Amino acid sequence: MDSALATTDHADVHAEHDHVALPQHRHHFETEEQQREAGSFGMWLFLLTEIMFFGGLFFAYLLYRNWYYPAFAAASNQLSVPLGAFNTVVLISSGFCMAVGVWAAEMRRKSLLVLMLVLTTFFGLIFLGVKYDEYHEKYELHHIPGDSFNISMFTNPAGYGIKEEPLAPDMAQKTQIFFFLYFAMTGMHAVHMIIGIVLLFWLTWRAHRGDFSSGYVAPIENFGLYWHFVDIVWLFLFPLLYLINRHPLH
Amino acid sequence: MAHEIHTDANDPSNVTNPEHAQHHIVTPLQYTYVFATLLLFTGITVGAAYVDLDWANPVIALGIACFKAVIVILFFMHAAYQSRLIKMTIGSGFFLFIVLITMTLTDYISRAWGMW
Repeated sequence: MDSALATTDHADVHAEHDHVALPQHRHHFETEEQQREAGSFGMWLFLLTEIMFFGGLFFAYLLYRNWYYPAFAAASNQLSVPLGAFNTVVLISSGFCMAVGVWAAEMRRKSLLVLMLVLTTFFGLIFLGVKYDEYHEKYELHHIPGDSFNISMFTNPAGYGIKEEPLAPDMAQKTQIFFFLYFAMTGMHAVHMIIGIVLLFWLTWRAHRGDFSSGYVAPIENFGLYWHFVDIVWLFLFPLLYLINRHPLH
Repeated sequence: MAHEIHTDANDPSNVTNPEHAQHHIVTPLQYTYVFATLLLFTGITVGAAYVDLDWANPVIALGIACFKAVIVILFFMHAAYQSRLIKMTIGSGFFLFIVLITMTLTDYISRAWGMW
């Protein structure tokens, strides 16, 4: 009897040691499901802090738009809707590839996973390229807030061939607040994308090595959550910055 | 291997899988539907911006943005298939965000009450 118990115990310990080696089931979790649950839970808590962070910026935008509406409308109309819409489509495509990548990892299809991660990175880089082009245009127009900011396009729109009501100089100065928020919000969004792309290079290399095609999906899944979150931020930035101040073009 | 022994029937006291986490894999076909919906609504929101609807313009733009965000959260981020713990976590986060926005707006609106 005693020896039978001892044998069972030994077998248990042995089984314990067998699964310790699996990255998807560390020894301090009862089951794989529990570990996965804990991982997703932690990732969502992190994303909630990110919602609060971007939420503060969105709220500042809401209040200042309310205060200086004419300046916000005029400044917003200087953003390119076609470029913003193009970037929205690019980012949605990137998110779609990431989602299919998670599926490929679940299905343990290594080459499809690597391909999807590469496409996700590719669309992310296109987004940043378009963003660079937009920033560069603002630089050339002296629409970056600060000493060299130029309000003449807003005080004398007719002189630039723009069909807008001219703003009084004090209101025209407030376009700097719009552009400050524009750069702060899209800039923080771009920083998140750059961090994401660095992580994507690392994940692609690990996926290529075969880390995520034997049942260990958590890093891909949790990175996917981060990447989709960054998408969602842009889904709000695009209408708020590019669309809602637009007086429909005559 | 481990999956069969952690079903509810084999775990009546609910110890090994307290959240009843069931692993659900969303298919590429579902992702394609979500992708198409997102593209469609991007088109609608851009189109709506060029039509003068007065106060309704920002309402429509933000409504569409919220709708798109919800389907991304539900399907791309798998929230629809997660355990109650995670659904509650996501929900409470957004709820807290709305509370903070409402309280700050209340202060903003009432600070100079009657002086507009």
